[in-house]
Amino acid sequence: MPKLDLNRQPMPKQEPQVRAKNFNEVALGYTPEQALAEANRCIQCPKHPCIDGCPVEVPIPEFIKALREGDMLQAVEVLKSKNSLPAICGRVCPQETQCESACTLSKKGAPIAIGRLERYVANWELNQPATSKPAVILPPTNGKRIAVIGSGPAGLTAAADMAKMGYQVTIFEALHIAGGVLMYGIPEFRLPKHIVQSEVEYVKSLGVDIKLDSVVGKVVTVDELMKEQGYDAVFLGTGAGLPMFLNIPGENLNSIYSANEFLTRINLMKAYLFPEYDTPVQIGKRIAVIGGGNVAMDSARCALRLGFEEVHIVYRRSRAELPARQEEAENAEEEGVIFKFLTNPVRFLGNKDGWVTQMECVEMELGEPDASGRRRPIVKAGSEFMIDVDIAVIALGTTPNPLITATTEGLDTTKGGTVVASETTGKTVKDSVWAGGDIVTGSATVISAMGAGKRAAASMHEALGG
Amino acid sequence: MYKILHREDLVPGIHLFRVEAPAVAAKAQAGQFVIVRVDEKGERIPLTVADWDREEGSLTIVFMEVGTTTRKMAILKKGDYILNFVGPLGLPTHIERLGTVVCVGGGVGVAPIVPIARAFKEAGNKVISIMGARSWNLLFWEERLRSVSNELTVTTDDGSYGRKGVVTEPLKEILDSGQKVDMVMAVGPVVMMKFCAKTTNPYGVKTVVSLNPIMVDGTGMCGCCRVEIGEKTKFTCVDGPDFDGHQVDWDLLLARQHIYLEAEKRSLELWEQREGRETNA
Ligand SMILES: Cc1cc2nc3c(=O)[nH]c(=O)nc-3n(C[C@H](O)[C@H](O)[C@H](O)COP(=O)(O)OP(=O)(O)OC[C@H]3O[C@@H](n4cnc5c(N)ncnc54)[C@H](O)[C@@H]3O)c2cc1C
Ligand SMILES: Cc1cc2nc3c(=O)[nH]c(=O)nc-3n(C[C@H](O)[C@H](O)[C@H](O)COP(=O)(O)OP(=O)(O)OC[C@H]3O[C@@H](n4cnc5c(N)ncnc54)[C@H](O)[C@@H]3O)c2cc1C
Ligand code: SF4
Ligand code: SF4
Ligand code: FES
Repeated sequence: MPKLDLNRQPMPKQEPQVRAKNFNEVALGYTPEQALAEANRCIQCPKHPCIDGCPVEVPIPEFIKALREGDMLQAVEVLKSKNSLPAICGRVCPQETQCESACTLSKKGAPIAIGRLERYVANWELNQPATSKPAVILPPTNGKRIAVIGSGPAGLTAAADMAKMGYQVTIFEALHIAGGVLMYGIPEFRLPKHIVQSEVEYVKSLGVDIKLDSVVGKVVTVDELMKEQGYDAVFLGTGAGLPMFLNIPGENLNSIYSANEFLTRINLMKAYLFPEYDTPVQIGKRIAVIGGGNVAMDSARCALRLGFEEVHIVYRRSRAELPARQEEAENAEEEGVIFKFLTNPVRFLGNKDGWVTQMECVEMELGEPDASGRRRPIVKAGSEFMIDVDIAVIALGTTPNPLITATTEGLDTTKGGTVVASETTGKTVKDSVWAGGDIVTGSATVISAMGAGKRAAASMHEALGG
Repeated sequence: MYKILHREDLVPGIHLFRVEAPAVAAKAQAGQFVIVRVDEKGERIPLTVADWDREEGSLTIVFMEVGTTTRKMAILKKGDYILNFVGPLGLPTHIERLGTVVCVGGGVGVAPIVPIARAFKEAGNKVISIMGARSWNLLFWEERLRSVSNELTVTTDDGSYGRKGVVTEPLKEILDSGQKVDMVMAVGPVVMMKFCAKTTNPYGVKTVVSLNPIMVDGTGMCGCCRVEIGEKTKFTCVDGPDFDGHQVDWDLLLARQHIYLEAEKRSLELWEQREGRETNA
C-alpha cells in the first residue's frame, strides 16, 4: 500500500480583516493543482464508508477518480447522478459530521476534503459554456402532474427528480425568488446567490415550472391543487420559517430583530446595498446576537460587514455546546465577533421613543445533561448585569409556519408544529401528499432536506404507478 | 409581472391601479392585503385590497405617495408592469350579521373600507359610514361608499366640505344617539384608529381596526410586523391585520412605524435625484 498522504489541502480564504468588510465569498476555492493534490490523497476504499456518511449517497470515490483523471465532465455527471445541487452542498454541508467524518482518513485526522472537491467540480461546470455541459435528456412526459410547495432544497430536489422521471412539475413559491433559505437566510459571503440561481436554472431546464409570488394556503389550498387543478400528488417542502422569540419583556422595542428578518433584509432584499436597493436595515455601533447556531453566526458576520464596531454573540451554554458548524464559529471569531458564553438575556430596556438601549443578562452554569444530551444551563443567582446595545438579533431557531397545516384537511402534525411523514418515503397520512425537509424535521440541514426530497420523489413515482 | 390594466388619479397624491392578477382576484376578500414589489431593487410593501373583479381577473389597489416605493408606483402608466404582486394575504375581515355596524374610513383608508362596508351590508347589517379627509380636494369615493351604506357622513378637518372636524365627532354622536351599535370598524391612519377606539371604549362597543405596521414578507416569516394586542405579541400579516382596537398597544405601533424614517428619507432623496436627472435628460 502506498504511504498515506495526510496533508489535507487548506481552503484559500480572504484574509479575516479584509473579508469582515465585504460581502464577497470568504472561501476562494481550490486551484486546479490543489484540487488534484487533494483528490490524489483519496485511497479509493473498496468499502467507501464516505458514501454512507452522505445523506444522498454521492458516489464519492468515483467522482474523485474522474477528477484526478482529468475527466471533469464525467466527475460532474457522477456527482449530479445523486446530487442536483453540488455547488451548494460543497459550500454549506456540515461535512465534518457527514461524509468527511466517515472517511477512512478521518481516523488519521485528515479526511479527504470531499466538500471542497465537490465545490471545485461544481464550479468548473458552472463556468463552462452551455454547449459543453452534459446535455439534459428527459424521458417523454407521462402526463402526470406534481405540485411542489416551496422552492428550498427539499422542493427543488423533489421537483428535479420528478421531472427527470417524466412528470410535469410545478413549484409554488411564496417569495419573489426561488431558493428558500439558500436565498433569504444564508448570506452571500458563504453562498453566493448567483450560484443558487444557476442551480434553480438547472431545475427549470428540466422543464419544471416555478410559480413565484404564490402563497399556498392563501392564493390556493393544497386540496384545491388536487381537486380543482388536477395535480396527481403534492410535495410539501415549505421549511421551518416561523421565527422563535425569547418572550421576555421589551422584546418588541425598535431595533430588535428576529434573525429571519435581519437576514432577509440583508440577503433577499440586499439591504447591504442600500440605498441602491430600497430596503433598509438598522446599523449601529453595538449589536448582540442571541443564539449559537449557524443562523447566529451568519447574523453576527453580516453585522460586521455592515459596519458595526462591536458584534457580540450571546449564548447560554459554553463553547463546547455551540450548535453552529465549527468552521463557521472559527470564521466568525477570526473576523472579530466577540463570544459571550454562559449568558442569557432576561429583558430589554429602551428609551422613551421606544428604541432598545440595553439588555439585562444573567450568567449561567451547566448542570446535568438534558434530553438533547447537552448539559442544561442553570441561572446563577444574583448574577444580573447590563450590556449596552443599539441592535439585538434573536437567533433562537424556527418552527414550521402553520399556514399550510391550518388550511389543509387531514394532515397530522406534532406538538412542535412539524408535519408527520414517513422517514423513509416522506408520505404523510393524507392521500397523495408527501412532505420533506425542515417542515418535517424542524430546522436541519440543506443536505438532509435534499435527501428527503429525493426519497419522496422515489416514493411518489412508485405510488403513481411509474 | 403583473400588468396595470387601469390607472386613475383619485386626488393629488393618491392613485388607483387595477392590476391583472387573476389568481389573487379569485380569492381576495374584504380586509385582506397584497404585497407589492415594483422593480428589481424595490422594497416589498403591503397595500390593502380595495376591490376585485373576478371575471376580469383584476385587483384594485389605492395607494398614497409617501416614500420611494409609492413614488416609483406613481409614475407607472396603464400598460406598465409591477414586478411582484403577492396575495391575498392576512385574514379577511370577519363579516357576520350583527345589526348595526359603523364603518369609519380616513384618508387613503376610505378605499379599503368600501368593500368592508359592502360585505357588512350584504350580510344584512345596517351600515352607517363616516369618511374623513384633511380637505375637500383629498376626498374620493364618496359616492361609492354611499352606495354601500345606509347613511354616510363626510368630514373635513378644515370644513371645506361636509362637516368640519374629525371622524370621531360624528362617531360619538351616533353612540350618544341611543341607537344600538353592534360594532365599529375603522381603517385609516394610526392616530385616527387609535382615537376611534378611544371614543368607543366607554360605550363598550366592539371596535375592529386594520393595523399597518411595516412588513417584509407578509407570510409570518420575519416578525417585522409584530404588534401587541392585550399584551400578547401578534404578527399582523398572519394574525391580522384586523384586531380589537381596545387591546392594541398604539404607542408601540407608532414607534415601530418610525424605525426606518431616516433611511427612508435618504432613499427618497436619492431616487428623486436619479429621477430628476432622467427626466431632465
Ligand atoms: C441563516 C441560516 C443558515 C444556515 N446554514 C446552514 C448551513 O451552513 N448548512 C446547512 O446544511 N444548513 C444550513 N441551514 C439550514 C438549511 O438552510 C435548511 O435546513 C434548509 O434550507 C431546509 O430546506 P427546505 O427545503 O426544507 O426549506 P426552506 O429552505 O426553508 O424552503 C422553504 C421554501 O418554501 C417557501 N414557502 C413556505 N411556505 C410556503 C407556502 N405556504 N406557499 C409557498 N411557498 C412557501 C418558503 O418561502 C421557502 O422558499 C441554515 C439555515 C439558516 C436559516
Ligand atoms: C396591511 C397594510 C395595508 C396597507 N394598505 C395601504 C393602502 O391600501 N394604501 C396605502 O397607501 N398604504 C397602505 N399601507 C401603508 C403602505 O404599506 C406604506 O405607505 C408603504 O409601505 C410606504 O412605502 P414607501 O416605500 O412608499 O415609503 P417608505 O419610504 O417606506 O415610508 C415613507 C413614510 O411612510 C411611513 N410608513 C412606512 N411604512 C408604513 C406603513 N406600513 N404604514 C404607515 N406608514 C408607513 C414611514 O414611517 C415613512 O414616514 C398599508 C400597510 C399595511 C401594513
Ligand atoms: S452532498 Fe454533502 S454530505 Fe454528501 S458528499 Fe457532498 S458534501 Fe458530503
Ligand atoms: S473513505 Fe475517504 S479515502 Fe476512502 S474512498 Fe471515501 S473519500 Fe476516499
Ligand atoms: S411581515 Fe414578516 S412576519 Fe409579518
